[in-house]
Amino acid sequence: MKSICFYFQIHQPFRLKTYRFFDIGNDHYYYDDFANDDIITRIAQRSYMPANQMLFDMIKENGKKFKVAFSISGTALEQLEQYVPEFIDSMKELADTGCVEFLSETYAHSLSSLVDPEEFIAQVKAHDNKIYQLFGQRPKVFRNTELIYNDDIASMVASMGFKGAITDGAKHILGWKSPNYLYKAASAPKLRLLLKNSKLSDDIAFRFSNPEWTAYPLTADKYMDWIASLPEEEMLVNLFMNYETFGELQPRESGIFEFMKALPRFAAQHNIEFMTPSEVVSKMKPVSELTVMHPISWADEARDTSAWMGNILQDEAVNKLYCLGERIRMITDKRIRQDWNYLQASDHFYYMSTKHSSDGSVHSHYSPYDSPYAAFTNYMNVLSDFLIRVREQFPEEIENEELNALLLTIRNQEQEIEELNREVELLRKNIVMDKTGDFVPNVEEKEPEPEKEPAPEPKPKKAPAKKAEEKKSAAKKAPAKKASAKKTEEKKPAVKNAKTKKTTKK
Amino acid sequence: MKALMFGWEFPPHILGGLGTASFGLTKGMAQCGDMDITFVIPKPWGDEPKDFARIIGANSTPIAWRDVNWDYVEARIGKVLDPQTYFDLRDHIYSDFNYMNTNDLGCIEFSGRYPDNLLEEINNYSIVAGVIARTVDCDVIHSHDWLTYPAGIHAKQVTGKPLVIHVHATDFDRSRGKVNPTVFSIEKDGMNNADHIITVSNLTRKTVIEKYGISPDKVTTVHNAVEPLSKELLDLEVPPKHEKVVTFLGRITMQKGPEYFVDAAWQVLQKVRNVQFVMAGSGDMMEKMIRLAARRHIAGRFHFTGFLKGKQVYEMLKASDVYIMPSVSEPFGISPLEAMQMGVPSIISKQSGCAEILNNVIKVDYWDTNAIADAIYSIIKYPGMYKQLREQGLEEVNQITWDKAGAKVIDIYKRLINR
Repeated sequence: MKSICFYFQIHQPFRLKTYRFFDIGNDHYYYDDFANDDIITRIAQRSYMPANQMLFDMIKENGKKFKVAFSISGTALEQLEQYVPEFIDSMKELADTGCVEFLSETYAHSLSSLVDPEEFIAQVKAHDNKIYQLFGQRPKVFRNTELIYNDDIASMVASMGFKGAITDGAKHILGWKSPNYLYKAASAPKLRLLLKNSKLSDDIAFRFSNPEWTAYPLTADKYMDWIASLPEEEMLVNLFMNYETFGELQPRESGIFEFMKALPRFAAQHNIEFMTPSEVVSKMKPVSELTVMHPISWADEARDTSAWMGNILQDEAVNKLYCLGERIRMITDKRIRQDWNYLQASDHFYYMSTKHSSDGSVHSHYSPYDSPYAAFTNYMNVLSDFLIRVREQFPEEIENEELNALLLTIRNQEQEIEELNREVELLRKNIVMDKTGDFVPNVEEKEPEPEKEPAPEPKPKKAPAKKAEEKKSAAKKAPAKKASAKKTEEKKPAVKNAKTKKTTKK
Repeated sequence: MKALMFGWEFPPHILGGLGTASFGLTKGMAQCGDMDITFVIPKPWGDEPKDFARIIGANSTPIAWRDVNWDYVEARIGKVLDPQTYFDLRDHIYSDFNYMNTNDLGCIEFSGRYPDNLLEEINNYSIVAGVIARTVDCDVIHSHDWLTYPAGIHAKQVTGKPLVIHVHATDFDRSRGKVNPTVFSIEKDGMNNADHIITVSNLTRKTVIEKYGISPDKVTTVHNAVEPLSKELLDLEVPPKHEKVVTFLGRITMQKGPEYFVDAAWQVLQKVRNVQFVMAGSGDMMEKMIRLAARRHIAGRFHFTGFLKGKQVYEMLKASDVYIMPSVSEPFGISPLEAMQMGVPSIISKQSGCAEILNNVIKVDYWDTNAIADAIYSIIKYPGMYKQLREQGLEEVNQITWDKAGAKVIDIYKRLINR
């Protein structure tokens, strides 16, 4: 029995406004709200919303036999929440059918997997949290930005606990092998790999409405015949495409929605079922290992990463951005972290591509800029301002390592204080336990008397202590709470606490 | 295939881009093989390269019979012309031009420049063309720019061979709209009589079609190209500099848009101080530009070098970090290509013909000084921008060679001859 695995990608970057060099250091807002609103609203109206309705109908009609997966970037989710909230609701409804799986990816649709592993892991976590918060699912299968993949990424993904990953069935990787099997990563054998079937995916995504295509017009009947006539051992067909395919790349008039709606019926005739990626991962057995030394992606003819990191402009922009990573992770300022996220979107680098072949025309089609040089100039101007803001947070002269050490000391200090507090408390408890109940009030009355004047002092000292507590993970909070519970048993523990802290410090 | 070309300038004695382009094209066509080119210019100096075209000077072509012997001719014009050619030409004098002002060899003197009596010189040139056309066997006639159109028409009438005219510029480009009616009528006459018109850019092609009312199927664009630079020029040494240099190089006239350069410079200087702006060239707007720079309080950062020639041009380019050509209207514009050859990132206006074939340059509207300033800032501030434009620009410009242009022209010839 053959299976079809559908996955749709939704991503929108926060496009930058025209940012001139005069603005550097003066204007800290970088985004073209009008364009972002306009584009996502238009695409949602023409594509996302009707496509959601289509999927909803298909799932209802086919008794949950029809299943799909989505990969939605964090930046797209933010824009949808802001500009098209009804889409989020509709997505939640879809999620409630149980036939929709959400995939993991980097929050910002970034290239961090290639340049900054630490950032990569942080972003994946941030994205999964966002998905959980919105749709109540914890993603189990990972899909990287533009299907970028290599052995190193596989190791990272596996170490984060994912069971499977999705990438492209690039010819130079597969060689004679077929993408219609489940594979496993050579560097992390526990990680299953689902490979895009480019031919069959692009038949829908790019060729569907092209009258010059020999197979035009494509019908669901014909399409399922193709899949059914694949060699018997090839059990899995991975159809991965942009969600805009429905209604935007292939306009409604082309009949794309009707085509999709008819698929399950013909699939049933041929005894073909639909699966989500995680079902595939758990039900199927991998046939062999795949080694991928150099990163691949689903872009262009070359299926490599040269669309984002293929020329001098892109190299400079990527390097200048990611050399900030270490420092930014020490910064807690929310707006800086937000901008850091938005500036990482791979699209900004895609606009700078200077590939002139047939690929080049695709690049310019999606770019809001006249030329790659204009894209670079605008981005670098924004980045220059961002750099100034990052530098303002901490003095530039301090090396990252030194700064890290200082921050560590500060953090450790908090921890140390807390530990000492706990020790003091313990000691105090011992003292209380040693003495008889009558003695206690006497001791306590004696102590506060000489230090009545600096009474307001303890308050500011309490504050940092509390902050430190907040930062601790839940696991650490628990004992602290217990301790405070014990404190209340004793009465007036706080004042005592502060005082003893002072003494220990001395 | 034998081509008879009429031109006005030929290196090394050139006054503008016309000479460079005529030379490059001729050489490129010769490289394609099987071409026999006779190139007529008003006044050869004797040091023109002769290995791919036979050069005949209009000033050494007799139009009136003089009884002179071989040795005398050899002594007088042997430097520029084979005496045998002189006698061949003398045999084809078609009318009695003794009333004209001719010299001891029966030739008319030419300045070979753009003198005040240019129209008279153009007319004389066309008289001479009649003699040459009767002497030189050819399959096709090719006239470079309006000065030689009357000569081409004359030659066509004499020989009945197809005429190709090559539009390097129109008077609409030169005058920014205020067209000289005499020049216009010469141009129009040439275009009407031509069997085919070659323009140096689609921009010019559009002008020819729209302003001169020529049928589009008669007009083909063959973009100019550029000669590879000699190693000597590429390896020029310039003194080390401590500031970025942004250079405007060309005639300081209305056509070249110098005022937009000053405005963009002013914007950049608001943000960065360590930049120098150079305006290299001369022209009728130079004083106005000096005053404009002073009024904007940026005169201290502005340098006017005056007219540069020969090696000086390349030294200036070598010392530059940015080259800029904000031309209001430029039929082609060969100098950005030279800047790219020297590895200088270039900013050019979209209203330049060369913008049609260049990708690794910054293209802006000439009036969009904000965009010009942004581009300058980006190139001098972001090393990646400089490097990408420099390296890719070099690679790109090295692909733009005259033999490709020459092949296209030969194709046009073939179509005309086989018609």
